[in-house]
Amino acid sequence: MRLVDISNLVVSFPQDDGIVQAVRGVSLHLDPGESLGIVGESGSGKSVTCMAALRLLREPPARITADRLDVGGVPMLRAGKADLTAVRGKLAAMVFQDPMTAFDPVFTIGQQIAETILAHHAGTKAAALAEAEALLKRVEIKNPGAILQAFPHQLSGGMLQRAMIAMALSCRPQILFADEPTTALDVTVQAQILQLIKGLQAELNMGLVMVTHDLGVIAETVDRVVVMYGGRVMEEGPVQAIFDAPLHPYTQALLGSIPGQQPGRRRLVEISGASPNPANPPAGCPFHPRCAVADSACQQMPAFREVAPSRQAACWRLR
Amino acid sequence: MNALELHNISKSFALRKGGLFAGTTTYMALRDVSLTVPKNRIVGLVGESGSGKTTTGMIALRLTEPTSGRIIVDGTDITTLSPSMLKPIRAKMQVVFQDSYSALDPMMTLAQVVAEPLHIHGVGEHSSQTTSALDWLERVGLHRSYGNRYPHELSGGQRQRVAIARALILRPDILIADEPTSALDVSVKAQIINLLQDLQAEMGLAILFISHDLSVVRSLTDTVAVMWAGRIVEQAATEDIFATPRHPYTKSLLDAIPVLNPRNRRTRTFQTREALEQAAGGPGVLTEIAPGHLVETT
Repeated sequence: MRLVDISNLVVSFPQDDGIVQAVRGVSLHLDPGESLGIVGESGSGKSVTCMAALRLLREPPARITADRLDVGGVPMLRAGKADLTAVRGKLAAMVFQDPMTAFDPVFTIGQQIAETILAHHAGTKAAALAEAEALLKRVEIKNPGAILQAFPHQLSGGMLQRAMIAMALSCRPQILFADEPTTALDVTVQAQILQLIKGLQAELNMGLVMVTHDLGVIAETVDRVVVMYGGRVMEEGPVQAIFDAPLHPYTQALLGSIPGQQPGRRRLVEISGASPNPANPPAGCPFHPRCAVADSACQQMPAFREVAPSRQAACWRLR
Repeated sequence: MNALELHNISKSFALRKGGLFAGTTTYMALRDVSLTVPKNRIVGLVGESGSGKTTTGMIALRLTEPTSGRIIVDGTDITTLSPSMLKPIRAKMQVVFQDSYSALDPMMTLAQVVAEPLHIHGVGEHSSQTTSALDWLERVGLHRSYGNRYPHELSGGQRQRVAIARALILRPDILIADEPTSALDVSVKAQIINLLQDLQAEMGLAILFISHDLSVVRSLTDTVAVMWAGRIVEQAATEDIFATPRHPYTKSLLDAIPVLNPRNRRTRTFQTREALEQAAGGPGVLTEIAPGHLVETT
């Protein structure tokens, strides 16, 4: 059974002056023990896809439709409150970019992790706190006893992110969603957190969905990549293949524009223009106004289909 | 000649101890920082958050006062200049910040935003100021019609272009750019880096580029200074830093950069801060160990 199975997901937000479609027909899946990267720029729909998968968006205003939206075998669109609670936190956990706002400032780290444990398992508070301490140790916090009693503002960003990972792991989830977990961190702390997440994923045999704008994070952590742009999936494939031979013009341009790939001061290959306005997206392929090889065919959206073994893309140029 | 020289800058802040009457302790944000930005060069200043790189930039602009040390702009010592004496110097040194949203006045049109430095320094009259502002909008890649728009109508990349136009309209000798690309999307980041490259070459600008993003620094700068715990611990031509880092902290920083090919994944061993401090041997003096390559030694 697939851990995550999404087919034709559409997420829209009605506004005063029309409807914003943040996600426009996304299909993706995650197999047990696998790590999937979702890479895209701001407004690509990558975070909204994950939030919708766990039904974490406020509905309304959000409107979610899909041919399939299964997490851990649970059809999330038809799930009742009890089913959703069983999935969230227990079956699937999520780590966010900003741990400072994800924690409640007036409770200690220990109280908050214990609360999560007690929400899903019966037990005493003392036992939950002991479990929380063990979890903090597991995320390589050296003085777990002291951190247990600390308030969020007393910890550095890296420490807080470790504590949030500990909280996410507290109910032994099968799936971990990590949404830009290292974007706010220094590069050395980022490397430590990524290595921690990778290690835990292998050790606990979890499925991992890593959402990021950073192709370096993708190159470091995942098995398979979904490239999103303008609410759509542009390309999907094994991580090494994507980096060795990107097929979609957007993926090619994105990889080409990364600074620091070669020695020496130089101009970079740039993608002209700006990301599409989600309230008023271009017709057809969302990338075509910025695409170097676009032609009139790109006014229609190409199908997302297999273009090479285990490689899928949506582009008229690939046939 | 150098566009900017910082000589032995230190900065300490008084921190209150635990209780209300417990007195204060001193925190050394910068310790004996010396840095030179030659004309027509881009110098990178890298380091982790809290290392003192932004404070260094603020002191160079005299937006923060140093505790000790000297600031030389175009050969003039500005360390103790009065506000009225400082004003003409300020025209020569401009700044671009990371958050372009809070840096632009939401009530002003973009033409007004970009023309404001001309207004403040009394350059030209109203109509020529506006024409010049529209010229600059065009030069940074925005259509002249954007002059009538407001900051909230723009994307992050476009706002950063406006901030750059405003910073350069007085034709400064030195631009201090504090993380100007950090909040931008990957595809827009390259555009802004290229814009800075082009304008630097056209104007012969000196740029102090403050960033935690080592990949951007590699593509944009001529030399790099690495800051750690309020000190500059290594300084060299950019490629020398990347090819042959010498200081333990520089090495740890470069080792942490994500790989750009999954084939090169590796398990890293991380040193604790204490171990790094021990390996570095504490504050020392910058010593030239190869031509143009300075490393802190104790």
